[in-house]
Amino acid sequence: MKKIEAIIRRTKFDEVKDALFEADINWFSYSEVKAIGQDRQDRIYRGVMYSTDIISRIEITIICRDQFVQPAVDAILKAAHTGEVGDGRIFVSTVDDTWSIRTGEHGDSVIADIK
Amino acid sequence: METMINSLDTVWVLIAAMLVFFMQPGFAIVEAGFTRSKNSANILMKNFVDFMAGSILFWAIGFGLMHGSGNGFIGEIHLFDFSFFGDSNIPVECSFIFQTVFCATAATIVSGAMAERTKFSMYVIFSILVSTIIYPIEGHWAWGGGWLSEMGFHDFAGSTVVHTCGGVIGLAGAIILGPRLGKYSKSGQSNAIPGHNLTFGALGVFILWFGWFGFNPGSQLAASGADNARAISHVMVTTNMAAATGGMTALVITWLLYKKASLSLVCNGILAGLVGITAGCDVVSVGGAAIIGVLCSAAMIGSVSLLDKVLHIDDPVGAVSVHGVCGMLGTILTGVFATEGGLLYGGGWSFLGVETLGCLVVAAWSFVTGYALFYVLDKWKGIRVEPRIEEEGLDIYEHGETAYNS
Repeated sequence: MKKIEAIIRRTKFDEVKDALFEADINWFSYSEVKAIGQDRQDRIYRGVMYSTDIISRIEITIICRDQFVQPAVDAILKAAHTGEVGDGRIFVSTVDDTWSIRTGEHGDSVIADIK
Repeated sequence: METMINSLDTVWVLIAAMLVFFMQPGFAIVEAGFTRSKNSANILMKNFVDFMAGSILFWAIGFGLMHGSGNGFIGEIHLFDFSFFGDSNIPVECSFIFQTVFCATAATIVSGAMAERTKFSMYVIFSILVSTIIYPIEGHWAWGGGWLSEMGFHDFAGSTVVHTCGGVIGLAGAIILGPRLGKYSKSGQSNAIPGHNLTFGALGVFILWFGWFGFNPGSQLAASGADNARAISHVMVTTNMAAATGGMTALVITWLLYKKASLSLVCNGILAGLVGITAGCDVVSVGGAAIIGVLCSAAMIGSVSLLDKVLHIDDPVGAVSVHGVCGMLGTILTGVFATEGGLLYGGGWSFLGVETLGCLVVAAWSFVTGYALFYVLDKWKGIRVEPRIEEEGLDIYEHGETAYNS
């Protein structure tokens, strides 16, 4: 059982979502994240120039069985790619266990990643 | 004199009064949009207080001090009574409500310059004093038969009387308060503190623009007959033209200076044109109005930079530059562009001199009284909130409720 965390461009969210569905990942969570990086955007407000280093991205979190990891990663790599700096990152880590709160079951069987 | 009352004039002035009233939500939403969301409830509350307190106190003593006969400096106290004013072409109550909404506008300008760091209790006291003392007295000079009107001072709808007064009081308040936390870094660099909702800011400017169509044309105080019909139509056109050229000027200047067409300054530019044309909207040509809009907008942008980057006076919404500076400049430019008596039309220097004197005196009066009152309040209880309250927002600590709840 693995956890995939992918930080992607906000504009690529819909494409990534569709690609993940095609890779049989039909449940995941996401959140809007703010990041600080090297990228600077010039802004101006009432005559004061300033630059913001705050970068807005979407972070997708997927928990899936091992055999779904590679298809999911491939789907994200393809769908979230533009080639410009700032396309994002994917992290994969091992998840020790999981429980369903409703039934109390735990282990691989509670992950709803099979159609 | 009952038979002299003209229904058309009355209806027109009442509609204009409604439009001027609608500038209150305009100001409220501009100020809320240009400041941070943690202070929105506070800003909205201050705008309500300005109008509520203004309505009551202008009735209680302000109207008498402003329009009572008295002497050249001050009118008379007519406690809770406006009947002394008498009917003219419009009933006395029509005159009274029109003057009330103007008074409240002067008070409400102040809140923008003092936004995000003023104690609510102190602001309420101050708003009361603006509506009862500062505004009615200088209003008496120019509009109530006082010494400025005797000299021929012309301020048709209140560039000086309303806007300079409010803007300059805001300057005094902003100086005593000091800048918001985080506005200036230790090295003295000015940081931008972007407002939380420029959609509100822009909507508020549109509302104010709309309200100005009552503020200026309504100040004719009449609509019947060909002369009045022409006058209010002319004022409507000059008002709109100055707003348009003011906004365009800000657009061009920011585009050239910063390589970006800056919405926040275009909003201020439109208001700068409107404030500037208010004094002379009835006596300048449409071309003159266009030039006044351009000059006021350019002056506003210069003034915003000067206050922000050189003098380090923190005016979150630009009230000092828009209302104070452009109110004075617009009044002076009336002396230049008035088709009768203006410098450019062969009127010589005398009218220009009176206009300049008038706006300087009113600005000085507003600044000195405003500064003195803020100073006393500050020494007495302190007019600024604690740093912790400022950081977390006035909404929670001063009002116990926030503007935005999920």
